[in-house]
Amino acid sequence: MKRGKVTIDRDQCKGCYLCVRACPFKVLEADTKMDPSGVYPAVFSHPEKCTACASCYQMCPDSAITVYELEGDEK
Amino acid sequence: MKRIAGHPESLVPVQSKYCGGCGHGIIHRLICEIIDEMGLRAKTVITNPVGCAIWADLYFDTDTVQPPHGRTPAAATGIKRVLPDHLVICYQGDGDLAAIGTAEMIHAANRGEKFTTIFVNNAIYGMTGGQMAPTTLVGQKATTAPRGRDPVEAGMGYPIRVLEMISTLEGTRYLARGAVNNPGNVRKVKGYIRKALEAQMAGVGFTMVEILSQCPTNWGMDPIKSVEWLENNMIPFYKLGEVKDEIEAVKASGTATVAGGEK
Amino acid sequence: MSGNSPEKILMKGNEAIAEAAIRAGCTAYFGYPITPQNELIAWMADKLTDMGRVFIQAESEVAAVNMVYGAAAAGKRAMTSSSSPGISLKQEGISYAAGADLPFVYVNIVRGGPGLGSIAPAQSDFNQSVKGGGHGDYRVIVLAPSSVQECADLTYLAFDLADKWRMPVLILGDGVIGTMMEGVTLPPMRDLASLPDKSGWAVGGLYKTGRAARHITSLDLVPAELEKKIFNRFDRYKKMADEETRFEEIQCADADLVIVAYGTSARVSLGAVEEARKAGLKVGLFRPISLFPFPADELDRLAKAGKRFLVVEMSMGQMADEVRLSIHDRAPVDLVAHAGGVVPTEEEVFAAAQKILGIEPAKVQGGKK
Repeated sequence: MKRGKVTIDRDQCKGCYLCVRACPFKVLEADTKMDPSGVYPAVFSHPEKCTACASCYQMCPDSAITVYELEGDEK
Repeated sequence: MKRIAGHPESLVPVQSKYCGGCGHGIIHRLICEIIDEMGLRAKTVITNPVGCAIWADLYFDTDTVQPPHGRTPAAATGIKRVLPDHLVICYQGDGDLAAIGTAEMIHAANRGEKFTTIFVNNAIYGMTGGQMAPTTLVGQKATTAPRGRDPVEAGMGYPIRVLEMISTLEGTRYLARGAVNNPGNVRKVKGYIRKALEAQMAGVGFTMVEILSQCPTNWGMDPIKSVEWLENNMIPFYKLGEVKDEIEAVKASGTATVAGGEK
Repeated sequence: MSGNSPEKILMKGNEAIAEAAIRAGCTAYFGYPITPQNELIAWMADKLTDMGRVFIQAESEVAAVNMVYGAAAAGKRAMTSSSSPGISLKQEGISYAAGADLPFVYVNIVRGGPGLGSIAPAQSDFNQSVKGGGHGDYRVIVLAPSSVQECADLTYLAFDLADKWRMPVLILGDGVIGTMMEGVTLPPMRDLASLPDKSGWAVGGLYKTGRAARHITSLDLVPAELEKKIFNRFDRYKKMADEETRFEEIQCADADLVIVAYGTSARVSLGAVEEARKAGLKVGLFRPISLFPFPADELDRLAKAGKRFLVVEMSMGQMADEVRLSIHDRAPVDLVAHAGGVVPTEEEVFAAAQKILGIEPAKVQGGKK
């Protein structure tokens, strides 16, 4: 099974959480820490469950998400 | 580690002015992914409308031209006719396309103008703060229909299914409707847009992709509720899928004219 | 029609405008039928497609001017034409084009207004033409032919002026000028490769040069920045006015009374000047050819020299107001005004001149009709 890694650009994220909804494995969550612009950005909370399906990327209206496929033992 | 998805090249790397959750951002990204994949950024001209997408010229790293409200297909006509080898995308919202610009849209379609229209349908007027649109659903509330759209007592008319309406025009070749409410539908929209842009470059004729999009701010909901509202209300009324597809027939008939040079 | 015709050809004004535009390198024409300019669109329909150029009969005058907007943004010499009601429809597009500094040529063959009015000639679109007829602060160059030859010459010039000054240029005719026939020597067919290079600002062709993307727009939400753009534009208009003011003076030097008229009114007034001179009256004709820039300084010079003025126009005094502004009320400005498609006659202009000069006009005996 593929393993993935997601980075979220906190300067772009507006906290819409469409990525959180889209993720089939509940990998993403809203941050509990607010950033200076008043947004609680999405965060990559459960990396071990990510399969690099890129559903989060598909839904992000701000192209804040980058999805990587991990190879070998990469984290 | 292999990057498999990320911010496209042709999308300007700034935070957009669009509201959080707005479908425009998804649609902009899809267009940029496709023109990157097709290698067409340097040959693309986008006409952007009056409406929320007035800002689109800040986000597409392509040539853009911004015309008066509703005249977007007329300007796109002028551009594509004189630059036939370029990829011309006419990007419009529901007011620009189906209200003030109805005549320009219908006649560009009827003439079979060879640009691709991206019609973002969010059933409301966004930029001006939530007035009724031609695509607002019956009973849906808007600032100019505070008790809900009422075609019977208040004479407010019915929501317009644009693709079905213009499918009767012989000059239309590919008309498809998608939505950006979930990843599966987003991928389908990308397929429709890609098919339309390839048809344009093959000289097939008039192509339009209508995309149902959420407007959290003017629907008065958070983004997640707004995509649920779209799923429950818009998709049952505006059927998803390819409404008309004559691409292969046109190609087979030999009437697809691959564009020549400048005029 | 051969490429370079030194001989004189009998043509209508509308046709001469169209042919001159083609020869000036107009490669895109978008129009809509309206009387009395239909010969122009028909000429374009007949010629352009065979030449590999773009012709569209659009669904409305609104659509047509916006097609011009797109083609002009793409750096092409583009044109539209109409008559008064249709020109009203185009004002939004013209305002946007002016605000985006796009060059193009448009033609108004004026008919009686307001509203649907009449199809007979008028000059009642003067204010709309010279004051920036759409919303916002802007101007267009306005050229007023008074012969079929000038229809050709001024149209040919208009494309050069539009490109040089990055602004729309209007050819302002009327229903007589557009449909009458006179002999014309047509200008030469321009080689499209010799047209001004617009690659410095137009869209399209990015793939050839690798330049940065361009965004043609008239929007700027920062007031100080938009103001700066408008101030710069008006500086450009000032420079343009220094170079592009055009007029004709006939027997004004010794005149006591100067008739000010353009287009068809100027032709009529010329006849009145001839009659007046025969009767020993010192009357001259000042004919503005550019209505914007208006030849204000020249008129003021005549006013300072002690002359008085009679404006003859098929309008309720739109140009007369401009003349008064130009001469700072130094001298009286009288007016022969007509409307609704009525054309002034030489007799009435002559009679008006006589009255101003204190002579009781004689009863008309035979003479011209």
